[in-house]
Amino acid sequence: MRIDAKGMYYRQLNQLVKEAVAQGEKEIVLDNINGQRYIGDGVRGDVRIVINGTPGNDMAAYMDGPELIVNANGQDAPANTMNDGKIVIHGSAGDTVGYAMRGGKVFVRNNVGYRVGIHMKEYQDKVPAIVVGGKAGDFFGEYMAGGILMLLGLDLPEGQEMVGNYCGTGMHGGVMYVRGEVPEYKLGKEVKVVEMTEVDDAKVKELVEEFCSYFGYDPAEVLAEKFYKLIPFNKRPYGNLYCTY
Amino acid sequence: MSLDLLTPEFLIERDRNRCIDCQVCVRQCANEAHSFDAEEEKVVSKDEKCVACQRCVVMCPTHALSIRRFPLEFRENALWTGRTIKDIYKQAATGGILSTGMGNDKPYPIYWDHMLLNASQVTNPSIDPLREPMELKTFIGRKPEKLEFKEGKLITKLPPRMELDVPILFSAMSFGSISLNAHKSLARASQQEGTFWNTGEGGLHKDLYQYGGNTIVQVASGRFGVDPEYLNAGAAIEIKIGQGAKPGIGGHLPGEKVNWEVSETRMIPEGTDAISPAPHHDIYSIEDLHQLIFSLKEATNYKKPVGVKIAAVHNVAAIASGIARAGADFITIDGFRGGTGSAPLRTRDSVGIPIELALAAVDTRLRDEGIRGLVSIISASSIRNSSDVVKAIALGADAVYIGTAALISLGCHMCQKCNTGKCNWGIATQDPNLTKRLNPEIGAERAANLIRAWKHEIKEMLGGMGINALESLRGNRLMLRGVWLSDRDLNILGIKAAGE
Ligand code: SF4
Ligand code: SF4
Repeated sequence: MRIDAKGMYYRQLNQLVKEAVAQGEKEIVLDNINGQRYIGDGVRGDVRIVINGTPGNDMAAYMDGPELIVNANGQDAPANTMNDGKIVIHGSAGDTVGYAMRGGKVFVRNNVGYRVGIHMKEYQDKVPAIVVGGKAGDFFGEYMAGGILMLLGLDLPEGQEMVGNYCGTGMHGGVMYVRGEVPEYKLGKEVKVVEMTEVDDAKVKELVEEFCSYFGYDPAEVLAEKFYKLIPFNKRPYGNLYCTY
Repeated sequence: MSLDLLTPEFLIERDRNRCIDCQVCVRQCANEAHSFDAEEEKVVSKDEKCVACQRCVVMCPTHALSIRRFPLEFRENALWTGRTIKDIYKQAATGGILSTGMGNDKPYPIYWDHMLLNASQVTNPSIDPLREPMELKTFIGRKPEKLEFKEGKLITKLPPRMELDVPILFSAMSFGSISLNAHKSLARASQQEGTFWNTGEGGLHKDLYQYGGNTIVQVASGRFGVDPEYLNAGAAIEIKIGQGAKPGIGGHLPGEKVNWEVSETRMIPEGTDAISPAPHHDIYSIEDLHQLIFSLKEATNYKKPVGVKIAAVHNVAAIASGIARAGADFITIDGFRGGTGSAPLRTRDSVGIPIELALAAVDTRLRDEGIRGLVSIISASSIRNSSDVVKAIALGADAVYIGTAALISLGCHMCQKCNTGKCNWGIATQDPNLTKRLNPEIGAERAANLIRAWKHEIKEMLGGMGINALESLRGNRLMLRGVWLSDRDLNILGIKAAGE
């Protein structure tokens, strides 16, 4: 099914989408999207939503299952507290991508803004992943409590840094894979670089292959660079901060 | 004196004539203040371990125990009190941030006790609530700007609201900070008394989904246990921006308290710290708050009221105005005496402002701006009894939250050690040996009794004022008079002095 969203208020648009999902629609194409917020919020089930145009903030917040294809840039906070599902963004995305995300995957072809993957967590079989093709802003993976953050640094102009400052500040769970070295001074004080294991290599390969399948890169080329693994020093970074009054 | 230079705070007195060395106190004290000396064959105590929770005193079958403040701690000094000295010893020994439980215990003025209620004499009759109808029904949620009727029927579509039989709700206390049995008690009591309890920021245990109709689900910066099912489970959603006991800082549930049930409910691995960042990092402005409010409304199809909880801070009135304009359906204001499962001591005792002043300032500001009618205000913190409730409503609250009072009804003895996880009353703990001490059925009964008792008292006071519906008391500050207050205080509270 197709919906022409030209000039449509987000509330009406999202209602149409939810009604279509409720009626069992499996593929919905949204044309002329221009900043409408909250697309896919709280939507559950297996439906594929193709978004032609730039969706507004908080796309896929609390979403639980659907697949969202964005044929443009995303804005701030896509996948906010997302529980499950997949997002593929054929462009860049803004700040706080995947805030407190608990499950599902997000693939962003180009760059992302600040505080991406903040407070991402994992629980039992739910291990969320965000793969960013280009570079990330400051505070990448801040307070990260679980899941996988991956940064590829592809196609960056000469001299362009892949990681911002304070990478992994407050991190206490999960893992980051970065394609290329991260200068020590950019790391938050709760993070350390460790050797990749076979399990890591397999995980990286799997995610890179999926990333490449969406955006037309050659996995062998992407995997040819060395990946670095970042994990927190401690699962309880603030465990010794307090004494009882 | 132990190596860390500390003297005990309390003295455990055991009347040897009464003590039968039955070891009940040994088993009851999670702080291990009592032990059995096998050689001597008698129970002995260690004063320095006691936190004065009174559990052993209550449980001792022969009433052999009493707990007192440790006599003369230090040479008297108004500035360097024993407390201030010991704080320095503790920090010198550990290098740690002092952390504590429960609300601010410092002797700041309690404005509730400086406001007195009115009653009818001669010129208007008082009402006897036992024989005449008295309406306490309260709706929390957004109100339409006007109501339209057609052929005597209301045609305006009303926004979603919570309907309360009594203007008292149980405030947010997370599973993790308090026990599941405490949650169960409050959930059941809410259902019984036609009111609501609040999950706090730790998710909703699967056994409690059945109380969804009486539940407010909270969404805080850590987003623990938040998924579409959770959001739709409750009758309303509350976004937690701040808490009166620790304005401006986040939360931190230590891994020791994250057992499998807490882990399942918060949806995080067992034993990991649950850290809530200080701000929601998707909210840096009123406009961003609007975004979060509406993302929650979208996710729940506009079927639930969405409120915002803030701590009472200096600019509370302006912030509340922004929240009302951002589309919140209710605003919760938590004063500086609000309780907590754990907070840094200095923040708890020195940050924020009294709820009475904050509440009056917010109500005044929203009225001045002509938007008070749009939102509901829930006042939280330091409500100790029904007259505090009546005063809060006269100052402008739609309803009040009670947290500490609710826990006291369940047996809390205010030892202020909730942060240690060793609550001997089975409330602020996850230790199965302790949590089983709180029977949720008895807990529910006690919490419900408290609400019922206060309901009767509120009706009595309303009747005394000649008012038969709580609605006529809301923001009716003429029913209040101040004593021992400065002109400035009276001005902010918007009340006259007694005698005026
Ligand atoms: S901490 Fe409580 S139970 Fe333990 S000795 Fe003191 S009053 Fe008794
Ligand atoms: S809840 Fe428990 S630990 Fe906290 S003050 Fe009350 S009795 Fe003490």
